[in-house]
Amino acid sequence: MTMMNENPADLLPELLLLGAAVLGLLAGLFLPRRRQWAVAVLCAVGPIAGLVAAALPVGDADLTTFDAFAIDPITHAVRLTVLGATLLVLALAAGPMRGNARETEAYVLILLASLGTIAMAAASDLLVFVAAYLLASIPAYALAGFAKDARGTEASMKYFLMGALLGIVMLAGVTLLYGVGGGTSYETLREGLGEAPGGVVAVGVVALFAGVSFKAGAVPAHHWVPDVTEGAPPVVAAFVTTVPKVGALAAAFRIAQEVLAGTAVDWRLLVAVVAAGTMTLGNLAAFAQTNVRRLLAYSTISQAGYLLVPVAVAGRTDLAEPALLFYLAAYAVTNVGAFAVVVAWGGDELSDHAGLVRRSPALALSLAVCLLGLIGTPPTAVFVGKVLAFAAAIDGAYTWLAVVAAVNTVASVFYYLRWIAPVFGRAPAERRPIAGETLVIACTAAVLSVVLGIGSGVAFTLG
Amino acid sequence: MTVLSTAIFLPSLVALVLAVLPRATDRLVARTWIAACAVDLALLLTLWAGYDRGLDHETNLTWIPSVGAGYHVGVDGLSLPLLALTGVLFLACAVSSLRRTRRLRAFAALFLALQTVCLGLFAALDLLLFFVFFDLSIVGMYFVIAGWGHGDNVRSALKFFLYTFLGSLALLLGFIALYLGAEPHTFDMVELTRTPPLADSPGPAALALLAIGIGLAIKTPVVPVHTWLPPAHTDAPAAGSAVLAGILLKMGAYGLVRIAMPMLPEAWRRYAWLIIGIGLVSVLYGALVALAQENVKRLIAYTSVSHMGYIVLALGAAGAVAGDAAAHRLAVTGAVTQMVSHGLITGALFLLSGVLYDRGHDYAMGRYGGLAGRAPVFAGLMTVAAFASLGLPGLSGFIAEFQIFTGAIGGGTTWAAVAGAVAVLGVLITAGLFLRLLHRTLLGAPGPLTGRMTDTRAHEVLAVAPLLLLSLVIGVAPRFLLDLIEPASAAVVSLVAR
Repeated sequence: MTMMNENPADLLPELLLLGAAVLGLLAGLFLPRRRQWAVAVLCAVGPIAGLVAAALPVGDADLTTFDAFAIDPITHAVRLTVLGATLLVLALAAGPMRGNARETEAYVLILLASLGTIAMAAASDLLVFVAAYLLASIPAYALAGFAKDARGTEASMKYFLMGALLGIVMLAGVTLLYGVGGGTSYETLREGLGEAPGGVVAVGVVALFAGVSFKAGAVPAHHWVPDVTEGAPPVVAAFVTTVPKVGALAAAFRIAQEVLAGTAVDWRLLVAVVAAGTMTLGNLAAFAQTNVRRLLAYSTISQAGYLLVPVAVAGRTDLAEPALLFYLAAYAVTNVGAFAVVVAWGGDELSDHAGLVRRSPALALSLAVCLLGLIGTPPTAVFVGKVLAFAAAIDGAYTWLAVVAAVNTVASVFYYLRWIAPVFGRAPAERRPIAGETLVIACTAAVLSVVLGIGSGVAFTLG
Repeated sequence: MTVLSTAIFLPSLVALVLAVLPRATDRLVARTWIAACAVDLALLLTLWAGYDRGLDHETNLTWIPSVGAGYHVGVDGLSLPLLALTGVLFLACAVSSLRRTRRLRAFAALFLALQTVCLGLFAALDLLLFFVFFDLSIVGMYFVIAGWGHGDNVRSALKFFLYTFLGSLALLLGFIALYLGAEPHTFDMVELTRTPPLADSPGPAALALLAIGIGLAIKTPVVPVHTWLPPAHTDAPAAGSAVLAGILLKMGAYGLVRIAMPMLPEAWRRYAWLIIGIGLVSVLYGALVALAQENVKRLIAYTSVSHMGYIVLALGAAGAVAGDAAAHRLAVTGAVTQMVSHGLITGALFLLSGVLYDRGHDYAMGRYGGLAGRAPVFAGLMTVAAFASLGLPGLSGFIAEFQIFTGAIGGGTTWAAVAGAVAVLGVLITAGLFLRLLHRTLLGAPGPLTGRMTDTRAHEVLAVAPLLLLSLVIGVAPRFLLDLIEPASAAVVSLVAR
């Protein structure tokens, strides 16, 4: 049984993140342009301290604070994943953003969006969930148009319109569920929805998942992903395709497990079909891409499909929760790593990467590890995540979904190899300067992805 | 760190050192590579010398405890011969690649990493660990073909990757089915062998066997999922082909003996007729298609399909219901012997075809002719390798195939006997195609490329001759090998008969 209390110290990681964002914003107002790097450092302290604060309560008894915020293994894992990924993105952003007129704003927006992401996953009340959704979304819209160029503006516009529309649909769903369930807290809903009319619950659930699938970049709300990934600055693309997805999928899992498990609505089939559609569509669309950022965009769509597999069997097998949480962490590290290579090398077309191994073996190797990681090749972390997800699907009597995921994985090999092959080819790459720190980030992410895979046993004992 | 784990990871360690070594000359790289392979082989031979019976040199560490997967390795009579084969063949590849290899440092590092992967697979006693090595072998070989191959190599490498990766994922689904079928859930092969999962649910067991069978069949490969093999072989560098045919193909057959047979005994028995049929078709079809080849490497590639077919046939025959256990043991022993024998002989054949390509940059056998006069040593080695491959008595192929045929024919069931008898035709076709190969390349009037041929160099002889010598030793005095394999195959047969 989860305990309830109103102790603000339980929210320490979130408070640290908020504090860093506020202090960063204030400091940015006073510091001269050439000293703005100090804001980056100040903002990085937030996630670093947050990581420590998030690691401390791991293993403690589950509890709920303020009746609306669950602190349990899902929250612990999401906190660690989001804070770690945010830290990587901040480090990645420090180079390209240096000297920008709105340098401070970039860091602060990133911190606020990741705060919203954590709150989404931890919310145990639909109203808190909606507020968190907005907090995770609005800074991201601003970030997408950060460069103020035509493509960025268009991307930002599309992102915002879609997010606003699906957000309203989601609010309608929340209203319906509140109406028939007699409350907004997950615990109340779990009991209330059992006796509610099935049709209304079904409509409410579908509407609720519309908002979730927008944040996760899942079909049919995926249209913003390629445009934002290509139009926004690469660092922003790395952030919006990674971090919000973590919160959205964890939240979907929590809602499925804690609210829907008892209802008569066949939401499992819905999620399974969305998962199958998302991974298939993402993969098929990725085939023809010659722009690496669009390719990565469709790759993240397909990954959202795999990540939905454990959600479909939530509550039906013990494997679902570790599968989702581990896969999320693995995906976050690997995806940021792949984007870090794009940031470091600066080439957007596949042909720009030909012969990369001659110019920077370390970068080429990092790219190979991250892309093979996204395929799910052992011993990288995504492999372990995929094994668990497949096992969860089969154990949860969704064998067909595991087969679809496996076939999709094979199909995905094709486009990832289209990128890897020329990197190790003979064509000499043009010379480009590679910033040392982005190279380090790319290598760190690649190493982390392998270490997390080999050391997955340790990760599970912590979770 | 035990001797076995050291032997597994030593090559990778050396690969890392090579990768970060500043200013490594090709000479230094080659020496380090050969030395590492030699030391590794010595370690593997120590394991063999110290081996008594049962499962030996076990290490069992927890890896992912929440799903019951661990770093569990060990050796027994099935894995030791293949471990030793891996050591020998990788050493031969190192020696043969001494000269004229582009980017030798990366090549050596890749091969050393691949060696770790192959050794790890044959030593693995955990399904997930097995799978990790299985998948990594695909990645490693992809880079070998894409990076150092010739012709349409990038395309062939992609086809190889996609095809075998599909197989590996089918395999993974099968492994997960075994994992979920076991009580308590575990990936540990020893546990799964002791109490076969899915024993009282024939439907899921059949599906699991289907998934595992597809995965291993693609890797083995058998007809009709062999189509990735000829292009991969043709466009790979000689050493890559040698390892691909000599070691990587064995992973499929080894998996059948190690995983499919003991863990799904009932399903294996029930579908033995199907497995025998697939084996028989592979034997005949592979040999017939090989007969029609003009390209030396494609020819050898198709004979591999045929030779691996014998193994599948034998393993299927060992599952024939109500058969004679002694004959079944003979069939399994023959199958494992065939794995070793085929590894040695095909390795030699591919390295020799690499010599041919090195001189003439072509594999078309019609463009060579009368090589016996120009390159007598090469001709001699080629002849021995060809005769070994067609199963001439006195060489290892004969020992293996003789046991397979006897085991299949004497197995006690009519259809297995018929299949075994028909499969003997495969030997005849193989003899024909190899004689045709020898005839067209070594004898007769010189072809347009004969002038470019020079005889084998010292390092080439040094790479190929030991492989053929080992084949001869096994052919003449096979006891040392059979004594090792026989108890293990007896164990497998009794496990299947449960």
